[in-house]
Amino acid sequence: MATTSEPHYRRPLLPTPFHARARALAQSDAFIPWAGYTTVDVFTTAEQEYFAIRNAASVYDLTPMVKYRIAGADALRFLNRLLTRDIGKLRPGRVAYGVWCNDAGHLIDDGTVFCLGAGEYRLCTAERQLDWLLDSAIGFDVAISEVTEEVAALALQGPTSYSVLRKAGVAGVERLKPFELGNFTVPAAGDAPLMVSRTGFTGDLGYELWMQPKDAAAVWDVLMEAGRTRGIRAIGSRALNIARIEAGFVLPNVDFIPSERTVFIGTERSPLELGLAWLVDFGKGHFTGRRALLEEQRRGSRRRLVGLDIEGTKPAHNALLYSDRALRRQAGSVTSAAWSPTTKRNLALAMVDAPHFSTGSTLWAEIYLNRELVWERRVVRARVVERPFFAPERRRVTPPAEF
Amino acid sequence: MRSRHDVIVVGAGHNGLVTACYLARAGLDVLVLERNAYVGGAAVSRSLYDGFTYSNCSYVCSLLRTEIIRTLELPRFGLQIIPYEGGCTLMRGGGHLALYDNHDALRREFARHSRRDAESYDRFVRDMLRHCRFIKPLLLRTPPDPTSLRTRDLRELMWLGGHFNRLGEERLYDTLRFFTMSCADMLEEYFESEIVKAHLAGSSIIGTALGPRSPGSAYVLLHHYMGSIDGAVGAWGFARGGMGAITRALAASLEASGGAVRADAPVERILARNGRATGVVLAGGEEIRAAVVVSNLDVKRTFLESIEAKELPGEFLEQVRNFKIRGSSGKLNIALDGLPLFPAIPQDSPATRGDMHVTDTLDMLERGYDDWKEGRWSRSPYVDMLIPSQIDPTMAPDGKHYMSVFVQYCPYRLADGAWTAEKRQAFGNTVIDAIARHSPNFRDLILHAEIRTPQDIENEVGLTEGNIFQGELTFDQLLFNRPIPGYAQYRAPLAGLYLCGASTHPGGGVMGAPGANAAREILRDLGRDL
Repeated sequence: MATTSEPHYRRPLLPTPFHARARALAQSDAFIPWAGYTTVDVFTTAEQEYFAIRNAASVYDLTPMVKYRIAGADALRFLNRLLTRDIGKLRPGRVAYGVWCNDAGHLIDDGTVFCLGAGEYRLCTAERQLDWLLDSAIGFDVAISEVTEEVAALALQGPTSYSVLRKAGVAGVERLKPFELGNFTVPAAGDAPLMVSRTGFTGDLGYELWMQPKDAAAVWDVLMEAGRTRGIRAIGSRALNIARIEAGFVLPNVDFIPSERTVFIGTERSPLELGLAWLVDFGKGHFTGRRALLEEQRRGSRRRLVGLDIEGTKPAHNALLYSDRALRRQAGSVTSAAWSPTTKRNLALAMVDAPHFSTGSTLWAEIYLNRELVWERRVVRARVVERPFFAPERRRVTPPAEF
Repeated sequence: MRSRHDVIVVGAGHNGLVTACYLARAGLDVLVLERNAYVGGAAVSRSLYDGFTYSNCSYVCSLLRTEIIRTLELPRFGLQIIPYEGGCTLMRGGGHLALYDNHDALRREFARHSRRDAESYDRFVRDMLRHCRFIKPLLLRTPPDPTSLRTRDLRELMWLGGHFNRLGEERLYDTLRFFTMSCADMLEEYFESEIVKAHLAGSSIIGTALGPRSPGSAYVLLHHYMGSIDGAVGAWGFARGGMGAITRALAASLEASGGAVRADAPVERILARNGRATGVVLAGGEEIRAAVVVSNLDVKRTFLESIEAKELPGEFLEQVRNFKIRGSSGKLNIALDGLPLFPAIPQDSPATRGDMHVTDTLDMLERGYDDWKEGRWSRSPYVDMLIPSQIDPTMAPDGKHYMSVFVQYCPYRLADGAWTAEKRQAFGNTVIDAIARHSPNFRDLILHAEIRTPQDIENEVGLTEGNIFQGELTFDQLLFNRPIPGYAQYRAPLAGLYLCGASTHPGGGVMGAPGANAAREILRDLGRDL
């Protein structure tokens, strides 16, 4: 367990098993809380770290991701009632991205389901939600426990990530296709067992590495040594955020508020509104929220998350969007924004009102520019464009190219 | 002293002063009459032991509306409110549950008792915030009369209907359930851990002649949740210098607007002629005239004791007599020679820097209520215990501490006869024993203790039965039913007479909203703007 000798009332955030390693590299001393852990926002500069993701290899401490073990004779039936997606199609050794809702069809969270074997799954989520899972499990022969502290995790992402794993001596990873997982060992880390899944949050070639906390530091060292000549770099959340926006992935509490947390009226969001209709399988039988989502599908969503390409180079953080240049009719707002160094586009994810969903629609974004404390307002064109904004072929090629 | 004013306010409690402040700011000549030698009603700071300041009655602040603080410029007159830094319930057997400001510290603390409850707590807070958002806009509005066809009432009813409607189907159900259910039932929908439920249930019975399993107690919990400090909804804090700092600031604000407070001026009777209030007569026989008389007294004391019955309608008086206003709370104010040790709390935890409790199960709380029903004080009382001097250096000499102990339940009438000095002491000893079970040096540190039964509170402050809310906060006595159906708009059946105390909407706590609402109605009748 990743514990500290200091009690929670004195130091509320836990260190991850990689903390000592991260601490040593975190030149900028920029730590942020994430799900109860202290994690690095920026190691050196977000720009340098971003290019490790898109040009070489990046290592990101994923340990705070909340992990649940879900096992039992009814594990599949349970998950199929919980998630909107058909988990019945998920074979052992495969991973699926999914979302789940309350009865009203409002999103509770998104996450990944790992099928570890028959009747055994791991659910990785952004939010802690043991009470929701346990309530949902009533009537099912399934055991649910949080294992966040028992599993240390790293995301190894970028074009040279495969080469780094090979060089680290992790034999057999070349066979992993996207969304596949396998169990390996790290010889240079005392044969530490390592579960590797070809998954990630960057939209690039990459892996997620799952290990026991006691092996964490040794595995980190092996990876860093193996990647030394392949441009490996520890990255923080800020760099990852640029990559995930390019990949078009949504982030809970940023692009939507989990419905278990919404206080205001009308701030809940459905998977259809988030543009995640492809994750909703009405044909698989009953699941929580099905009725409400069917109704929403029938009458049409009132708003939808879309990708925007915005004029100019200034990221449109929190910008209000209008359907007219005179800014009379508000038509939505930006939830995530970034200048994309790879596509050289000014990107945003935005929640927009009907009927501005379709690719090619034009909206107007109100952006505030800070010119040495002289603030200026710009009204710029924002075009609805296809997501993902960046999807390199290398993310799918199996076996991946060597560098 | 002139014997004629535009407005007389009877009672210098916080609501009386709030009304007076607003009226004085509107240009009226306002005189507030207070029977005690000091202003404040139940929001007072007094020194009964050398070097110590006690918040004798009310003791912490959250509900006082920010709108009132700002409009009446209370910070300019010295008001400062500092939030708690922690809180805890001490358990039999030596355990504890602490409340921490930091969300992660709090989650890990709850998880020591139940990992599931640690996460349910976020959902509980979300739902409380949802209810608060619903109720907050109602606080500074006059309740509409649902039987009236006046334009204003219809407009308010429409607004209220719209307000309900905007909740949407699901939340509308939740809201309606919430207002009528028991606190225990409500908490059991979220939590499995007894200690978590017991800690949170305290707010549902403070000042209330209900148990945690009584229907309606869930609302009382919300009533204690709907305040805020600097935007933090549900946060509680200390008024620097004690609760008297609030009423002192109000009195100073009043004087700055040209109003006056006269202490040591007990009103014997409110005068009326031809269905109209004309002024008051003081205990010494002095008459003071005013076209507007505002009573900060509770509804029973106003209509049953301060006005001749012949001036009031009979059925109305019957409804006043039926108004539920039951004494159920006691109070200890204790001067301590040092900081008491609570071995269950880790040395450097901030858990003692806020509200501390010793009731660790819902059943224990309910048993305490059973005692009250039987006409005796709880043998294992619920205490809401604070040591403000840890945060506020003005309350006690350096190194010494002031402890405020609110006690639930303590009856106004004992089954075994009248209150006596011996019984008061025995009640105090019960409370001190309950605390001493968790603090080995507590008893030895006591320099002075003021012990107050509901009867003492009534005698000193004038609150009927010592009920701190001027009437139970049950659904039948809320909104347009508070205090009396048909009389919820601060007007008495006598022209020129108004109520501004906590007997009126939105009820008790040091909130000031009844006072502000009453002022608005008075000014409306006078054709003036607030």
